[in-house]
Parts: sequence; C-alpha cells; structure tokens
Amino acid sequence: MKPTYQQPTERGYYGQFGGAFIPEMLYPNVEELRQQYLSIMAEPEFQQEYQQLLRDYVGRPTPLFEAKRLSAKYNTRIYLKREDLCHTGAHKVNNTVGQILLAKRLGKTRIIAETGAGQHGVATATVCALMGMECIVYMGEVDMERQKPNVYRMRLLGAEVRAAMSGSRTLKDATNEAIRDWISNPVDTHYIIGSVVGPHPYPDLVARLQAVISEEMRKQLLEKTGSELPNYVVACVGGGSNAAGAFYHFLEEPSVQLVAVEAAGHGVHSGHSAATSVLGTPGVIHGSRTLLMQDEDGQITEPYSISAGLDYPGIGPLHAFLADSKRARFISIEDEDALRGVAECSRLEGIIPALETAHAIAALGQLGAGPDDVVVINLSGRGDKDLETYIKYADAIM
Amino acid sequence: MNRIKDAFAKKQKNLLNIYFTAGYPSLHDTVPILKALSEAGADLIEIGMPFSDPLADGPVIQQSSTVALANGMNLRVLFEQLKDIRASVPETPILLMGYLNPVMQFGVDNFCREAAAAGADGVILPDLPLDDYVAEYQDIFRRHNLRPVFLITPQTAPERIRRIDELTDSFLYLVSGPGTTGGANTQAEGVQEAYFQRIEAMNLRNPRLIGFGIGDKASFQNACQYAEGAIIGSAFIRALDGVDDAPAAAKRFVSSVLA
Repeated sequence: MKPTYQQPTERGYYGQFGGAFIPEMLYPNVEELRQQYLSIMAEPEFQQEYQQLLRDYVGRPTPLFEAKRLSAKYNTRIYLKREDLCHTGAHKVNNTVGQILLAKRLGKTRIIAETGAGQHGVATATVCALMGMECIVYMGEVDMERQKPNVYRMRLLGAEVRAAMSGSRTLKDATNEAIRDWISNPVDTHYIIGSVVGPHPYPDLVARLQAVISEEMRKQLLEKTGSELPNYVVACVGGGSNAAGAFYHFLEEPSVQLVAVEAAGHGVHSGHSAATSVLGTPGVIHGSRTLLMQDEDGQITEPYSISAGLDYPGIGPLHAFLADSKRARFISIEDEDALRGVAECSRLEGIIPALETAHAIAALGQLGAGPDDVVVINLSGRGDKDLETYIKYADAIM
Repeated sequence: MNRIKDAFAKKQKNLLNIYFTAGYPSLHDTVPILKALSEAGADLIEIGMPFSDPLADGPVIQQSSTVALANGMNLRVLFEQLKDIRASVPETPILLMGYLNPVMQFGVDNFCREAAAAGADGVILPDLPLDDYVAEYQDIFRRHNLRPVFLITPQTAPERIRRIDELTDSFLYLVSGPGTTGGANTQAEGVQEAYFQRIEAMNLRNPRLIGFGIGDKASFQNACQYAEGAIIGSAFIRALDGVDDAPAAAKRFVSSVLA
C-alpha cells in the first residue's frame, strides 16, 4: 500500500518516517492498539459518544473568527480557528477525549501522560476526572517551574504530577519517564500521548482525533468565504498535533499552502533552538523514525525554546514527511518575535494567545500572502498559562 | 567460531552475564573492567553503548550512560578501546548492548563490521523491531557473524516467542517481569515462576538467561533454577559507584555472586 499524507502504511510509515521502534516490553500494548484503534474508532457507539463529548463538553465546533485588524496590518484575509475556546484552553482535549474512550474500550483502568507546557497534562487530567480513572502525568522539572498554573490545575483535577529529573528536565525527559512507566505497567495502563509522535499507531491516531479542526475549518470557510479551501493554513509545531489537525483535511489539496512554524529559540544556529526541520536529521526517538536533533554520534541534542510546548528535539513522522517532500513549508521563529506575536494578537484582536501559538502569529509577515488570499491560523491555545512568562518579558512584549 | 554457543556448551548451568556501561566510571575503565570481569569468572559480558535516552533502562544505567557520554565515550572510542581485547580475553563472549539510533547514525553495516573486528560476538538492541531486523539487518548481522539477542517478556505471546527463538542462534533474554532495568521485582513469586516454567515447557532451541531485577547471589541462584543463567547490570553499576579501583571492585562483585 502506498502511503498518502493522510494515511500511513499498515506499519505506520509516511515515506521513510514512522514505524514502531519499541522495546519488547511495549510490543503487546502497542500491537493491541494498532490492531484495534481503527475498528474501535469506526464503531457507531464510539463515534456517538465522542461527537457528543466534543459538542457538549469540549465546546465544539470552535468558531472561525475573521481577524480584521490583523488582516489590515498584513493586507490579507486572516481567520483564527479558535481552539483556545476549547474546554481546558487548547486543542489538546480533542485528542484526550478520544483516547480516554479508546482506553475504556481496551479495558484499561490507569492513564499516564507526558506534558510540556501542561496543556496536554491538563486535558488528560480532565478526561480522567470525567471518567473516574487514575491519572499520572510526567512533566519535566523545568517545565513544572515555568508552567506552575497548569501543575496546580492537574492536581486540582485529581492527577498525580511526577517530575522528570533527567536530561534537560523538559518534554523529552517527561516522555522517557512516561514510556518507562508504561513498560512497568503493561497490562492495566493506557498511555495517552499528546502529540503526533511515538510509535505507530499514535501519530495516526492523534492526527485522526485532531482532524476535527480542519474538518470544521472547511465547513466554516465555505460559509464565510464561499470556498472550502483557504490559500494558507498556518500552525505552530512542537511535536505537531495542532498542525496535524489543522492540515489534515487539506493534505491532499495541493492548492492549499501548509505552513508549519517551529521555535528557533535564540536563533536557529545559536545552539539554543528547537527548529527540528532545519537542524534535524533522520533518526529514532520515542519509538518512531523521524527528523530529530542529534549529534553525529546519534545522541539526542537538548532543544531550547521559550515555549515549553515547542521545546522538543523531534517532530512527528507525518511532519517529517511533509518537510521532506516539501508539501509543507517550515518557518522558524525566534523567542523575541514570538513575544511580539503575543502583543500583536492581544492588542489587535483582544485575544491573548499561548506562547506556542504566538510563533504562528509571528510568521504572518513571512507568508507572502496577498490581499485576496485567505489565511487560517490555528489558534491552538490561550495564554493564561503563560502569564508569568509574559510578566517576566513585559519589556519585550509591551 | 561462536564464543556464545561455546560458552553455553562448556557450562550448561549457572552462567553469569554481567552488564556494564562503556566509559564508566571513567573513560578508560572499559578494558580494565572487562578483563577483571572475565578473570573473576563472568561467563558472558555485555558492554553498554551509552545513549542519551535509554528507554528500557532504569535510573542507575541511565545515570552511568550520562556520565560515560560526558566522559567522551562514543562508538569510535569504544571500538578503538576494544581493538586488542581478544589477546587478553580470548574466550569470554562479548555482547554490545544499546539503542538503535547511535547504531543507525554510525551505519548498521559499518557498525557490524567494526563490532566484529573489535571482537564482539553478539548485539542487543532493545528498540530494534523484529520485522525491521528481518527485513533490513539480518543479512548484515550474518555477514559479520554477529548474533542478535532478543528480549522476551511475560506478555510476549507464544507464537512470537517461537519466532524469536527461530531467529536466534545465541540465547534468549528473558525479562523477569514488568519494568525497566534495576527495578525492584514487584511480581508475586508464583506469577514469575509460572512464566519461567511456561517458557521452559516450550522446549526452545536456544538457552535462556534471565535479566532485570537480578542483583546478588540469592537472586542469581533463584533465577538459575529456571534458566541456564542470569544477567546482572544495575547492581554491578552501583558496585562501581565511588570506588578508586574499578577492576578490583569488579572482581569483588563477581566473587560475591558466584561464591
């Protein structure tokens, strides 16, 4: 079977990227998931419960908002897909609602997750509370410090937050710890991965659950512009779940330019960056073959970004394929520009975005979009969780 | 010649396999520790190739890898260190254990050639999928006479165990229970016993070594009741902690297990 952008091979490959590179200890879990995820997700009862929760609990469909002042500034037509209005404040919950239903059907009683900015951790803790399931979230010690409100949110929701103390003590290390937990608890535990990373079927599973974003975009664009297809879809990429969701139903539409925005930290080549599509080479991380930041010996390099959610040394295999095949254009945005993106979105539209999303906004000037072009930015999350950082960098923002 | 098969032919019971991380505690300890382990009576030796993100390992081995990487260990250095090893350690099988990514970056064919030239007999890569091994790497391994070792866990299905056994010509690595290396053995004894007996009853072609959670004489002897021998890693790494004379500590450790 030839893979498409939307559909990996049976073994989870998008071109040369993907697969399931996992120790034998995880093989039964991952294989069980691989064999069952598509059929479970196709069940009418699953779909009914999932769609109902998306509507009544998450608050979908999220609006597609015409950002007139931003549009005037950039002399193009900009729409914001308001994932920040989802319950828990970001797109992450689309995935956790779906995966908790999957976990229930697989007979699992305990949920683990990793989190960087804390948005996925909060979304996981939320659905665990909803379903009465035990929840353990791994988070890098550094991220716990810079995303304190989300740590408290998770605890309030009844989750146990465990600090990952190894490596750079950020998202990569939290992921390592979560995988180790899963190895130690192979029977009763489901690992809710928060992005389109990890061994197959996770990248495809998470992309399908986030695809609701682009599905809604098409309907809303038709109503608002008379065409289902925009000229540009722009989204930030750490692991890449919000981008995968925003791109999904446009992947096979060549007229739509897909723009993935990465965190360049202090500068792509400064040694403090997370711009994987530029700095990465093919390798294996967290169970899949993808583009990752590594040294010549294959040791994984510590990434850096001001934004905890983009601070990851790899990208999902679908995104590696999109970069490799040039189907998507990748733009790198430095910390300072992202902070200006925060100011711009806040002042011009009255929406305080998450730091991750601010990278996408900061890329607007580089698109080359004309006055008649329709640009959709996936506003992946809201900035409440980043307020401490915004206060710290007030000079750069104001 | 196959040193792994020879070792099992020579001593059919109670084989001790010791794991240590190359370049730990200091960069040039690799060869002295290897010699000391062999002299003290270790039947097989696993040399860990340090990796920044070792998924199947617990904190002890991860920490030793972090130190080894900071010391400057990498595959080129390791192969250089091992190049004359067979002059002083002629018979003890040496296995290289690590993760796929550093091996992929080195080039799998290149890696196998250099590993064989350095005297290695087998390779353990826990995150190398069985299907990928068969499709892409089996011929390369064979060409360089390197034996792959695969892990089996309590959750591995019988037909998969048979397939692993068919693909193996060295030994089967029985992971004692759920968990990463160096973890406490939390399984009820009866459960573990039933798992080992289930594997034993399958009458597999290859001998078995039990690993994970084995750390001293008592746990070694217990494991040896159910297999041809056992593997010790984290407990040995801990025994190297803060010692001045790593080879002497290695000898003391092996003696304490085999005594």
